[in-house]
Amino acid sequence: MTETSYFASLLGGMAIGLAAAVMMALNGRVAGVSGILSSLWRQAPSMPNVAFLGGLCSAVLIYRAVSGEVPAIHVQASPALMILSGLLVGYGSRRASGCTSGHGVVGLARRSPRSIVAVVVFLASGIATVGVMRMVGLP
Amino acid sequence: MSLVRTIVGGLSGLVFGLGLTVSGMLDPARVRAFLDVAGPWDPSLAFTLCGAVLVASVGVWLSGRMSRPVFDDRFHLPETRTVDDRLVTGAALFGVGWGMAGLCPGPAIASLVLGIPATLFFFVAMVLGMALHDRLSIRSVWRTRSVDG
Repeated sequence: MTETSYFASLLGGMAIGLAAAVMMALNGRVAGVSGILSSLWRQAPSMPNVAFLGGLCSAVLIYRAVSGEVPAIHVQASPALMILSGLLVGYGSRRASGCTSGHGVVGLARRSPRSIVAVVVFLASGIATVGVMRMVGLP
Repeated sequence: MSLVRTIVGGLSGLVFGLGLTVSGMLDPARVRAFLDVAGPWDPSLAFTLCGAVLVASVGVWLSGRMSRPVFDDRFHLPETRTVDDRLVTGAALFGVGWGMAGLCPGPAIASLVLGIPATLFFFVAMVLGMALHDRLSIRSVWRTRSVDG
């Protein structure tokens, strides 16, 4: 990886942090994607949540219009594994009451003990999963 | 007030999505390379996590000095404090799926507009997994009312 990609990763991360900070200070809410998405069926529709998801969806279109580039997406897993992993990510994020954004960004920023545990656990199981897949020869 | 909150929500989602796009989090191969510490490790997404937590911490610090958020009467923050088995097993299952596909909920939603079949499959399965969990937990005891994220 080049220095440019480190810088882009840092800059992108800071934008994610800004989005979470704005959500917290202005709306008083956690910018957690799994919580916001599942709020669509857990409670009466909340316009700020719908707008957040709309903004999230339109970001790539705006990025493409401004930069003229399509963001790189390389899928390695087979369709069957993508479906299995989608089920696990969906079920697991709700069971843990949060995902990479709610626990990983906002929770860590709040120094929440629950989020620190969640991040350590999902990083460890993610690292172990990639390692095991490499060992058994899966892409 | 509700309209302003909706505008804030939309802008926050947009900036969040731009951040995901610029950082490289949208690319499952980059995420898996970040998790591949035993192989050709790509540490760049650690900068994403650190940058995000750093800036979000400023927001948390500012919020801590405010009696209420700018556009609402009170802060709506998770009330659960205890580390329980649901948190640990949920995060473990989440990590397995994250490592297999290299996708988590934010990037899965943000990349929908590109219409890539494999990520669409992931998204649909993810929604089913979430809904399945919520369906099952309504049937037992509704313990998931407080949502961290």
